[in-house]
Amino acid sequence: MSNILAIARKELSAYFASPIAYVVIGFFALMFGFFFYSLLLYFDRQSLQAAGQAVNVNEQFLRPVFLNATVIFLFVLPLVTMRTYSEEKRSGTIELLLTAPLTDLQIILGKFLGAMGLYAAMLAITLVHVGLLFVFGNPEWRPVVTTYLGLLLMGGCFISVGLLISSLTKNQIVAGMITFGVFLMLWVINWIASFMGPTTQQVLNYLSITDHLDDFTKGIIDTKHLVYYVSFITFGLFLTARSVDTERWRG
Amino acid sequence: MIEVQHLTKRYGPFTAVDDISFTVDKGEILGFLGPNGAGKTTTMRVLTGYMPPTEGTAVVAGYSLLDKPIEAKRRTGYLPETPPLYPDMTVREYLEFCARIKGLPRADRKARVSSAMERTRVADMAARHCAKLSKGYRQRVGLAQALLGNPEVLILDEPTAGLDPKQINETRQLIKELRGDHTVILSTHILPEVSQTCTRVVIINKGKVVAVDTPDNLTSRLRGSETMYVQVDAMGADPGGTLAGLAGVTKVTAADTRDGVVGLEVESETGRDVRRELAAAIVGRGWGLLELRPMRMSLEDVFLKLTTQESDAPAASDVVASEQVEVAHE
Repeated sequence: MSNILAIARKELSAYFASPIAYVVIGFFALMFGFFFYSLLLYFDRQSLQAAGQAVNVNEQFLRPVFLNATVIFLFVLPLVTMRTYSEEKRSGTIELLLTAPLTDLQIILGKFLGAMGLYAAMLAITLVHVGLLFVFGNPEWRPVVTTYLGLLLMGGCFISVGLLISSLTKNQIVAGMITFGVFLMLWVINWIASFMGPTTQQVLNYLSITDHLDDFTKGIIDTKHLVYYVSFITFGLFLTARSVDTERWRG
Repeated sequence: MIEVQHLTKRYGPFTAVDDISFTVDKGEILGFLGPNGAGKTTTMRVLTGYMPPTEGTAVVAGYSLLDKPIEAKRRTGYLPETPPLYPDMTVREYLEFCARIKGLPRADRKARVSSAMERTRVADMAARHCAKLSKGYRQRVGLAQALLGNPEVLILDEPTAGLDPKQINETRQLIKELRGDHTVILSTHILPEVSQTCTRVVIINKGKVVAVDTPDNLTSRLRGSETMYVQVDAMGADPGGTLAGLAGVTKVTAADTRDGVVGLEVESETGRDVRRELAAAIVGRGWGLLELRPMRMSLEDVFLKLTTQESDAPAASDVVASEQVEVAHE
């Protein structure tokens, strides 16, 4: 465990030692702020029009904000994961890690946790916005907590895929581009679902990474989605481990 | 301490290391010598657990790399060809990270890092980022990393590459100090390095072991015959014929002549020391004996003989090399 944390710490400090962390967090904060503001204006108008009828801050404001915000992660997470393995391979530091008394799994989990740390830092920024909401309004806290849980799990999926792709190439740009493409595909894959036969439709809907977030934002923790996210992450990390091992054999 | 048996490593159709076997005893410094592309780095990468062998086995510090890689790695320090530094870390941060992943106990991490920096003389750069280090410092920070935790086995891939002559000397001195407590394998294509620091040499070429011996034995084994250099002031006479007639002398060739002083190379039968006879013959004739010394084949000659095809030395009969070997001189 201390090995995993050592790698995670190194990864996290590498993000903050280079401009990556600041650019990614800054860009995210800017976009999230804009989303928050524009949807707040929209919500404001809606509540005026509702004229006395009860409006739900969680349902009608926070939920759309976070669902929309996932698109930002689609853009910034490839920037976070693309360097994880590619850079170590290119600079030769991978030799240090692979000859240290560490297992492949410890290295992978360390890198995963490091990227998750940066992702969590991004999410932490949104606590400011949500906090304001609690100061000036009275939203329910339970759906907010489940939303964050869902977002962490969803980010974990993206990061595990990003790690896998980064482990396949020495070139960061290639890793970043492919990761972005795969994320986008996982995002939009259910668009065509309604045109397919019933079985295909179900499969496509099930595959969509963001579809599973919906229930979390409603305040529901459904084991179906938990199983999906956790098995997705596990599978992604497992494939990364296989990829690293294959690389060893090939030399 | 290190036992390599029938090790083979193939990259696709290319065989980088072809069925090599050797052992290194505790406290030895083994020089791994060979031209570029001979398979030195590949062998070292297998021994450090970076990559598994295609065939064969390797046991390091009593642990098989196949069954107990973590235990073997825990006892091995490795300096790769390019020092694996993280550009964004300072030297101290880097070494502390290395200490952590090597599993050194938290309590003496700081002390170990400091002592490794002292030994490799990088302490003055402790606060500098790795990206801003000169090649010599990079190399030595890499070495400090390998020395962290005082591992039983050290595997150093060209430890003196990129250093200036003073640093090379210091590094060699450091490696020599390791003899006894540590088992060291170092690779190089710089020959004097081997004769200066190593207790044994493995010469490898085209993925095969060509010779294993001590540097001294290698040079003498390949001599074939003994050659003496004699410098004589023969007062105008020609000493060549006289010396050639002595018992045991097989061949005399003139090497140089200057101001009536003649230099000769005298070959004799193997194992026969003709120095006394030579001296007696020269002095007996009233000539001046200015110099008499055995000529030894340098390790450089041995290396060239073993790794090039023109060789007719018996020990090199299995050499398949065809390319001329580039030997780095200092």
